[in-house]
Amino acid sequence: MSKSKSNSYNNDRRNFLRTGLTVAGALALPTGFASRAFAANRPPIGTWPAGSSGHEVFIGITVPRTGGYALQGEDELKGYMLAVEHINEGHPLIRKISPKTKKGVLGKKVVYGVADSAAKPNEAVQAQQRFISENKAVLMTGATSSAVAVALNKLAQREKVLYVSGISGSNDTTGKDCVRYGFRQCFYGQTAAAALGPVLVKTFGKNKKVAFMTPDYTYGHTVTKSFQDYLAQYGWTTVTDQVSPLGSPDFSSYLLNVANSGADVLINVNWGHDAVLSIQQAKQFGILDKMKLVVPYQVPFLAREVGGGLLSGVYAATDFWWTLAEDKKYPLAKMFVDAFDKKYGYKPQWGAENAYMEFALWAEAVENAGTFYPPDVIKSYEAGRKINSLVGEVSWRPQDHQLIRPVFIVKGKAPSAMRNKEDYWDVIETVPGLPLMQKPDEFGCNLGSYT
Amino acid sequence: MLNWTNFLSQLFNGLVLGALLALISSGLTIIYGTLGVLNLAHGAMFMLGGYAGYVAFQATGSFLVAVIAATLFMLVFGVLLERLIIRYFYDRPDEDQLLVTFGLSICIVETIRYFFSSMTKMVPPPSIFSGITSFGGVMFPTYRLALIGIVAVGLLALYLILYRTRLGLIVRAGIEDAVMVDSLGINVYRVFMVVFGIGAMAAGFAGIVNAPVVSLTPGMGETILVQTFVVVVIGGVGSFPGAVLGGLIAGEIISITSMINPAYSYIMLFAAMTLVLVLRPRGLFGKKGRE
Repeated sequence: MSKSKSNSYNNDRRNFLRTGLTVAGALALPTGFASRAFAANRPPIGTWPAGSSGHEVFIGITVPRTGGYALQGEDELKGYMLAVEHINEGHPLIRKISPKTKKGVLGKKVVYGVADSAAKPNEAVQAQQRFISENKAVLMTGATSSAVAVALNKLAQREKVLYVSGISGSNDTTGKDCVRYGFRQCFYGQTAAAALGPVLVKTFGKNKKVAFMTPDYTYGHTVTKSFQDYLAQYGWTTVTDQVSPLGSPDFSSYLLNVANSGADVLINVNWGHDAVLSIQQAKQFGILDKMKLVVPYQVPFLAREVGGGLLSGVYAATDFWWTLAEDKKYPLAKMFVDAFDKKYGYKPQWGAENAYMEFALWAEAVENAGTFYPPDVIKSYEAGRKINSLVGEVSWRPQDHQLIRPVFIVKGKAPSAMRNKEDYWDVIETVPGLPLMQKPDEFGCNLGSYT
Repeated sequence: MLNWTNFLSQLFNGLVLGALLALISSGLTIIYGTLGVLNLAHGAMFMLGGYAGYVAFQATGSFLVAVIAATLFMLVFGVLLERLIIRYFYDRPDEDQLLVTFGLSICIVETIRYFFSSMTKMVPPPSIFSGITSFGGVMFPTYRLALIGIVAVGLLALYLILYRTRLGLIVRAGIEDAVMVDSLGINVYRVFMVVFGIGAMAAGFAGIVNAPVVSLTPGMGETILVQTFVVVVIGGVGSFPGAVLGGLIAGEIISITSMINPAYSYIMLFAAMTLVLVLRPRGLFGKKGRE
């Protein structure tokens, strides 16, 4: 009841404003302002204009704080929190990415709510529904599981509220399950395979036998498929694919199949604690002495958690590694790593980098749109501007809302070669993003409508 | 991956997995059978035992001390939990018992997460059991083989307590009919306290001996709890031998199925549980009236 009352009040007020502003705009104001006034003519959509009519705008964040992805979720959350702080204070780093930013977004302070998704789609959707109805969220974020990202994509399109996906490695997120209201910053199965594949072929040779360990959901299946497709061109054959549920308490039975498969290379697609446990147990079963381990989609904190130098010499593809800050080509990465380290006392992992980038890029899109009206913000994203970022110049691909950004290939360091306790990986290659990406419609992306 | 070596390996592995499940499940089934409380905090207690052992290991560097410390800690923890919270719920409806133990589980897990973070913690196996053992083409981590013996000792101790002591006699009588035991003049509530302590101790012992195999995270109890319930249902609620047999069956189902198609391991486990529920609703060793 109260909702409909407030809507009718808003409508009355909006009608009044609409008439007044249209007349004023037509009579006296310059063209630019007139077009802004014209925007007020639009019918409400999603949480617009209610969500941005006050002094603040709200972002709903759902990250896993429990379950197998909890550690990565916390890192991601810290990236979001730092970005909000920087946006609100008009920090120089944000202003380098989004030059029009002063303080806040379009002068409005950004506030947020956090809910634990436990990496489960239904919990994330419920929490975001609450943020939409109770807080009039103008933006949703947080995944750390592509199953969650795909579910929130669908919610975003239905509710007409923007969603930036958080960590999500599935091809489907900007492929067959892409939506007009969803955007992804990070790398994914296809780009990981196209970037890391050549390194694997160069290092290990052609015609190898490969064993996969695959978590049983969209992320695992699409990453494994992308690697299988790429490597098959060079005669690599899959001798076993061990599919396991997310959060398996033990990987021994899968690992025994791997151990007895005769594979030369083990590509472990598992993520979060599953990756940690499966690698530690692979060592227990002597597998790491028999075959080469590859981590196709790097996991924040992996090397530290696995321990024992087990990732020494292991290749992985990643979105970001903190030593990029030491490269003069990435001055913004240095600003980010320094600010993050100062605030949280450790070097940011790629989950935090992804989170920070997403909010900064959202601020940039909104500032350029000059409004929170979602279709205009989406068109601002789709304009394909070159944007300065933590990883150099990037741009959005309008056809599937995937950021065109480089993928970094890292190689695990031996414990004796580590310069400090967080120096686990060497960045050995930076691969430009565009040539890695599939054709925009290759994975069946159909974005859907703006309204 | 069907070949003779892999089959043997998986058979062994099923035995190890099953032995662990049996140990954890026996604590759960004894508590439920005697007290009538379905303890949803059992997985959290399994995890807590692991962390207690981890702390002791960090302090002393001795795996044996870690096992003893974790086991005793969980016995005391269980007794305190029963005295302070659980005993007020014996006469309350089932849903209250579920809610309170579920709530306790969240409190235990989040307390551990607060102090230890979600970062994985490791307890290495004792040096005599480190490395890999090969036999007949099968390569198996030595500690996992040793675990069969370690768990067997734990289960034997539980057996002796339950079947060779006066306390065990009362507990088993309590499982059959707690009211009758009470009316015979035995302070059944004191026995309940001890039973809860023993159940927690079994979970804690399993937690620490399992630590070198899986490494520790605050959420590790949640996933194992589901399997434990399946084991109890298969074996029969309240039955100690049922928990042991149910555990072994569950371990073998997971291992052997994974050899044919790993994606179906857990589906087969639940299918087996469904089959048992259809053909013998009280479980393999369950008796009428307990469930």
